[in-house]
Amino acid sequence: MKRRTLLGATAALAVLATGAFAQTDKVKVGFVYVGPIGDGGYTYEHDQARLKVIEHFGDKVETVYQESVPEGADAERVMTQMALSGTDLIFATSFGFMDPAANVAAKFPNVKFEHATGYKTAPNLAIYNARFYEGRAVLGHIAGKMTKTNKIGYIASFPIPEVLRGINSAYIHAKKANPDVEFNIIWAYTWFDPAKEADAAKALIEQGNDVLLQHTDSTAPHAAAQEAGNVIAFGQASDMAEYKPMPRVSSIIDNWAPYYIDRVQAVMDGTWETSDTWDGIAPGMVEIGEITGIPEDVKEEALALKDKIAAGEYHPFTGPLNKQDGSVWLAEGETAEDGALLSMDFYVEGMKSEIPN
Amino acid sequence: MNLGAIDPVLLIASLMVASTPIILAALGELVVEKSGVLNLGVEGMMITGAICGFAVAVETGSPVLGFVLAAVGGAVMALIFGILTQYLLSNQVATGLALTLFGLGISAMIGQGYRGIKPPATPKLDMGPLSDLPVVGRILFSHDWMVYFALALVAAVWAFLKFTRGGLILRAVGESHDAAHALGYKVVRIRLAAIAFGGACAGMGGAYISLVRVPQWTDGMTAGAGWIALAIVVFSSWRAGRVLLGAYLFGGITVLQLNLQAAGVPVPVEILSMSPFVITIIVLVIMSATQRGAAVAPAMLGRIFHASS
Repeated sequence: MKRRTLLGATAALAVLATGAFAQTDKVKVGFVYVGPIGDGGYTYEHDQARLKVIEHFGDKVETVYQESVPEGADAERVMTQMALSGTDLIFATSFGFMDPAANVAAKFPNVKFEHATGYKTAPNLAIYNARFYEGRAVLGHIAGKMTKTNKIGYIASFPIPEVLRGINSAYIHAKKANPDVEFNIIWAYTWFDPAKEADAAKALIEQGNDVLLQHTDSTAPHAAAQEAGNVIAFGQASDMAEYKPMPRVSSIIDNWAPYYIDRVQAVMDGTWETSDTWDGIAPGMVEIGEITGIPEDVKEEALALKDKIAAGEYHPFTGPLNKQDGSVWLAEGETAEDGALLSMDFYVEGMKSEIPN
Repeated sequence: MNLGAIDPVLLIASLMVASTPIILAALGELVVEKSGVLNLGVEGMMITGAICGFAVAVETGSPVLGFVLAAVGGAVMALIFGILTQYLLSNQVATGLALTLFGLGISAMIGQGYRGIKPPATPKLDMGPLSDLPVVGRILFSHDWMVYFALALVAAVWAFLKFTRGGLILRAVGESHDAAHALGYKVVRIRLAAIAFGGACAGMGGAYISLVRVPQWTDGMTAGAGWIALAIVVFSSWRAGRVLLGAYLFGGITVLQLNLQAAGVPVPVEILSMSPFVITIIVLVIMSATQRGAAVAPAMLGRIFHASS
């Protein structure tokens, strides 16, 4: 009996060892997700990109992922575990993973880290982000054109620069399309909580908001809009195509696949180095989902706006723009610098509510 | 700031919907605790009910069948707890907590294939002209049938505990299981029945979240509703009518908080979110400060019963 156990253990060890050897010529890539991959939104798109990485590299790559990782100490534990198990490259895909990623990166200088939507870098910690605000300008235009009550509801997650950029960009372009428009913001304090997002959407609809924008990741607000009937909504992070053509009339889609493939290739070639990537509509990191269920002229205006942004002819934050308190932010014709956008902590003039602190 | 944007009629109507899951769960737990058993696994039974109901409703296309199977799923979970605590005499607090963890895990496993799917709609009851009445029509006569079912269940549980022989026996078991045993009542069987009822109610409450209120499936989507239900049972000082009051208070504050934000009223979200819990603590303090307050909880709550002792 004992001998058999010993034999079994030896065999298991041999398997493990071959497994470990087999891994050395493969690049092992880890993904840390903030929500479940079935959220139909933000995390879903990251996972689609992971699948494209596998499709692109085939046997040369091995991926691991961990979903629904809380932002905080747990994230640090997850990344440490990934680094210890021989991962070469780790993508931390949410803003709240910034400090954990920085801490773990300091402990494992030979493992490469990539953090989405943050601002801390290190020799082995790169950052990447998408210019979602370019997409939000297009959605804001449609929202302004489509609202009949002149009230647009916005389900926001956390009061951080990323989210404030989105609100401001959407507001500026909604207001250009319709000067009477008013934005009503609900801070959900979560990236993903379908019950809360549904309640927030219902509260907004009951107060007469007939267009919903969201910076949270589930499709729950679409379900609420569908039930209410005459309300439209926009896909966030993913197409949310199951609610086409109404209430979902368009969407912002995050396409991370080209970036992920690039970075994995760089690790394979040994050319990976830390970087700061911030791409928008032009390189295809931000896509506008198919526009459905709205009048043809609005659709054409929206697409024209998108093309102008993609061609670099138009910046969504172009002066004259004032801050909410009336002070001048951008003079006539001036465009916002990236630094100012990355640290945005104010609303533009015309917004009614206050940013919670 | 624009308080006029909040329509009180719609606010009340939506708080009734938001409160329905916690009414069901709290009512079930009330019956369990009245029989002298403390089951802290409400959250686990709710989430199990949520996925069972969702899966069945999606597969069969029938929300009614979904709710029935959600009740069955919740009851099965509760009976695991029942067998462990009533026959194997395990610690009720620890077993209940374990049940919550187990429920969250197993529901995530069952739910793997059900993410991002739309369930069949639960229609609102058509009450004809009643729904068109001003104010009353919107508040009382424009909901889906589960809302009315939950309200009817409150009345039924209240009547059962107060007027029926069965209710008297249940309370006797909860107040003194030794005396009830001496009288020839089957303490363990009665408690198992109460535990199963509690699980069924929690399961339906969970299914209401996944089938009506959201409606979709995601891991851990009950998001603490089970714990709120437990707090409401204490808040209600073990009375069915007050469960309704407590659930409307908790549900109402959730809905009010979002409405105030949408109307641009600068009230700190944190203060509103914690207020129901603060009120529960205050109620507890007041209850234990008064003489008869100590006697409100069932005397055998959480105690292990064995016929030999």
